[in-house]
Formats: sequence, C-alpha cells, structure tokens
Amino acid sequence: MIRFEHVTKGYPDGFEALQDLSFEIGQGEMVFVTGHSGAGKTTLLRLIGLIETCTRGEVQVGGHNLARIERNQLPYFRRKVGMVFQDHRLLGDRTVFDNVALPLVVVGAGHKEVGRRVRAALDKVDLLKKEKLFPVALSAGEQQRVGIARAIVTRPPVLLADEPTGNLDPDLSVEIMRLFREFNQVGATTVVASHDWGLISRMGRRILVLRGGRLMGDGIAGGDVG
Amino acid sequence: MREAPSAQATPRGRLNLGYGLHRHLEAALDSLSALLESPLSTLMTAAVLGIALALPAGLHMVLGDLQRLTGDWQASAGISLFLELGATPAQAQGLQAELQQDERFSEVRLTAPRQALDEFRDSSGFAEALGLLQSNPLPFVLAVTPSPQQREPALMDALVAELKAHPAVELAQFDLRWLQRFHAMTEVAERVVRVLALLLSIGVLLVVGNTIRLEIQGRRDEIEVCKLVGATNGFIRRPFLYIGAWYGVLGGLLAWLLVSLSLWQLAGPVRRLAGLYHSEFRLGGTGFVTFGLLLAGGALLGLLGAWLAVGRHLDRLEPDRIR
Ligand SMILES: Nc1ncnc2c1ncn2[C@@H]1O[C@H](COP(=O)(O)OP(=O)(O)O)[C@@H](O)[C@H]1O
Ligand SMILES: [Mg+2]
Repeated sequence: MIRFEHVTKGYPDGFEALQDLSFEIGQGEMVFVTGHSGAGKTTLLRLIGLIETCTRGEVQVGGHNLARIERNQLPYFRRKVGMVFQDHRLLGDRTVFDNVALPLVVVGAGHKEVGRRVRAALDKVDLLKKEKLFPVALSAGEQQRVGIARAIVTRPPVLLADEPTGNLDPDLSVEIMRLFREFNQVGATTVVASHDWGLISRMGRRILVLRGGRLMGDGIAGGDVG
Repeated sequence: MREAPSAQATPRGRLNLGYGLHRHLEAALDSLSALLESPLSTLMTAAVLGIALALPAGLHMVLGDLQRLTGDWQASAGISLFLELGATPAQAQGLQAELQQDERFSEVRLTAPRQALDEFRDSSGFAEALGLLQSNPLPFVLAVTPSPQQREPALMDALVAELKAHPAVELAQFDLRWLQRFHAMTEVAERVVRVLALLLSIGVLLVVGNTIRLEIQGRRDEIEVCKLVGATNGFIRRPFLYIGAWYGVLGGLLAWLLVSLSLWQLAGPVRRLAGLYHSEFRLGGTGFVTFGLLLAGGALLGLLGAWLAVGRHLDRLEPDRIR
C-alpha cells in the first residue's frame, strides 16, 4: 500500500531530513514510526500525505507514484488519506459537528449523508453528545478525538497520525492508540508517528525507528528493534 | 487505492456537475449571512462601491436628459431670413415659393411687416412707443425649417451661408446656435463621464480585490484545512466569489439609492429653472432599467474583482510546497 524506495527529502535550505529510506507497508497494516525529536517522523508522514514531495527516490501510495500526481489531482488523492495532526488543526469558529463534516462537505455530500456519517464518526470517538460545542469548550483529549473523527469520517483507505498523543496524559494516550487500532482493524492502512516508546512498544505492532533521517530499525517491539 | 470504499471515491467530473443549483444557492446565502455578521464593515465597503458606481451613473443620466432636451430643441430650430427693407410682397412670396420647392427645407413661413409689428406690439409692451413710428421699420421675415437631414451642424452652417448670399436676403440667422454649442459640450462631458466610469470601475475592482484579500488572509486556517481534507480550488474559490458578487450587489443598491435621492433633491430646483425658460424640462427618474443595470454591473464588477484577488492570493496558501 505504501512503498518508499531510496527516498531522500532535502528541504529548500539544503537540510536532508530523510536519507535513502526504503520500506514497504502492506494494505491494512498498522505501523508506528518513532525516533527522537528531529528524526524525521513528521517529514515521513508529510511525504505519504503528499504535503511534501521527496527530492530523490520514489514514494508510492496505493500503486501511484506520488511524483506523477498532477496538482489538479491533489484534492482527489487527499480524500483517500485521512490525517490527524498533533495540533489537531480544528477550526475554532465551527462546531464539533461542522469540523467533522468538513471532508464530506468539500466532496459535496448531501445533508442526510453528512449527518449520518458525522454522527457515526463522533459515536466511534465517544463525542456524540458534544457535537454542538465549539472546540475551545473541549479538553485536549476531546479535541484530539474530534480531529480523529474528522480523519475517519470518509473512511479513507489510509490513515496517518502525527504525534496524536503528544499533549495527552498516559491514560488518554492509551485510549487514543486503541482507537487507531480499531480503525486499523476495519481495514484502514494506519501509520502513527510517536516518540512515546513506552506507549507504542506495548501495542504489539510493527515499529519503524528513525534516527537522523535514516531507518535504524524495523520490527515488533521485544524483537529486533535497534 | 482502488478499494476506496465510499464517498471520497467521487470521480473527478462529478463534483461540479453534482454541485446543483440548490448548493449554489446555499453557498450564496452562506456568503451573504457571513457578510451581514459584520454589518458595519460590510456597509462601509459597500458604501465606497456605491459612491463609485453612483457618480458616473448619475452624471450619465443627467447628461442624457440634457442631450435629449437640446436635441429636441434643435429639431425645432429654424433659420430666420430677414429680407431687404425695400423688398416687395411679390418678391417675398417669390422667395417663399422658391424655397418651398427646395427639398432641403420642410417648412417656409412668411411673416409680413404689418403682422410682425402687431405681434411685437402685443408681446413687447412697447405699444405706446411703436405707435409713434411713422412707418413700419420691420422687414419681411421668412421662417425656414430645415428638413431633418440638414440638422448636422456643418450642413446647417453651409445652409445659413448660402441663404445669406441670396440678393433679397439682408440677414440669415440660425436661432439656436448657442444650443448647438451646448449640445456639443454635453457630448464632450459624456466622454469625460465615460472615462470617469472606467476609472471608478477599476477603483471598484481594487476595493473588492483588497477586501477579498483581507478575507482570504483572515480565513487562512480554514483554507489550509479544507485543502488538507481534499477541497478543490474551485470549492475554496466559490465563497469568495460570492462575497465579491454580494459586495457588488450591495454597492449597486446603494448607488441606486444615492442617484435616486440626488435626482429627487434636484427635481424641484430644475423644475423652477426650466420654468423660467418656459420649458417643460424635467430630470428623468431612476427607472427599473437603471436599477437592474446598477445591480448587474455591481455584481459583475464585484465578481471580477474577487476572481482576480482569489487567483492572486489563493495559490500562496498551499499547505505544501509541491512543485
Ligand atoms: N520546512 C522545513 N525546512 C527545513 N528543515 C525542516 C523543515 N521541516 C523539518 N525540518 C528539519 O527536518 C528534520 C526532521 O524534522 P521532522 O520531520 O519534523 O522531525 P520529527 O517529526 O521526527 O521531530 C529536523 O531537523 C527539522 O529541523
Ligand atoms: Mg514531528
């Protein structure tokens, strides 16, 4: 589903955030990406979500070479990739419902369908009762869950999350990670970046370890993780 | 990714076709209610647009009225031929007959000295003084109305010169030369108004463009998030285009009000002034057509201004730096 072949990402200032990265993530797989701050986790996710393009090598998602996707095709690609951000990027002037509805509204879904799907997504993250509130009225954990509901409301085949538990206490973090595991179990290929080794090593899933932009380890915790 | 399960699998072309009329209506009303949420700043922008639209529109209407008026007067304007004092009635009638043959004139009226004196006595209030005159000092007068084809200023001048050269004619006078000049002046003024309209239209574009630019900056986050969840440029552009169009419509509405109010204010004085010249001249009101034109013109300019601004500023808000 996701395939990196000798991928190098140099930023315009010449700094190479990722160097010669190769790996493959199968369809329906759930993978964690870890490493210290600055290791390149965010950059890796941004390459998959086509927010950045690599400077060398090739990134493939769903069989498409991302370098070949034209600018006017970008929105249609993005609709197949759900993204969760560390700062959740909710719109403060819209209710929880409207925030979650956004990906459906941009594709022109009808009112009924929007209502049905938004409520289903909010139900999954257990926020059905807060749909009329504005993001400021929610706790950090709840805000993050709204961001997750928005990412999964269209049931995208690929789900990306960048430090989704970055600001949360350990109990909430476990809860959020369980949510991702649930979505993965219903079929979404899921990639979660997190520096919280203690948390992800207990999830029993494959982990990619980055250091200084290079792949230092690839395996299940307790196994051969370097 | 072929296995994409549902809504997001919308094929490319469908979005626009499926974007039905009711959605456009919805988007239009959304934009309007967004504008009305900050009524004061909306009103101020609309007022600037209204003034910019009202100025050329109002001037154009007043000038149109004046041109129609002077045109009418010109149509009825004739040439007065004063014959030599010694001319006999036979000579005068001969000249009248001669001119009536000429197809360049539609009407030739003869006024005898006697008749002219009576008219003068009745209308001038100099009856006493005129009574003292030994003999009638007035000549035969031929009032010549040129045919409609002769009303070009140049032709008129040639005609007057030709008539003046006739041996029996002492004096040929085109009655409303000043009117001709005035008419020509209104034509120049009309041109000035057209240039003004062009400049002010550009002003409207700039004002709307700048307003939209600020709007885009204020909604940066929203635009970026929309792009991240797969909004097309068309989707993102749409509300701004509607906002621009609404500003134009509101500006057109205000312009119509301004012009109507001004004309209404001017109506009284103009009627009095016209009365002094025994004229029925009235300023035309702002009719339905003007109303429609101002609204449509405003909407079009607003849309264009927004479109230019959106084109310039939206691309800079890509959440990514791809290509
Ligand atoms: N836009 C950018 N321009 C230049 N350097 C960047 C940019 N974004 C990230 N970097 C650099 O790339 C490296 C990896 O960053 P990032 O992918 O954000 O790491 P992580 O998410 O693992 O903390 C860091 O050293 C960072 O400073
Ligand atoms: Mg990061």
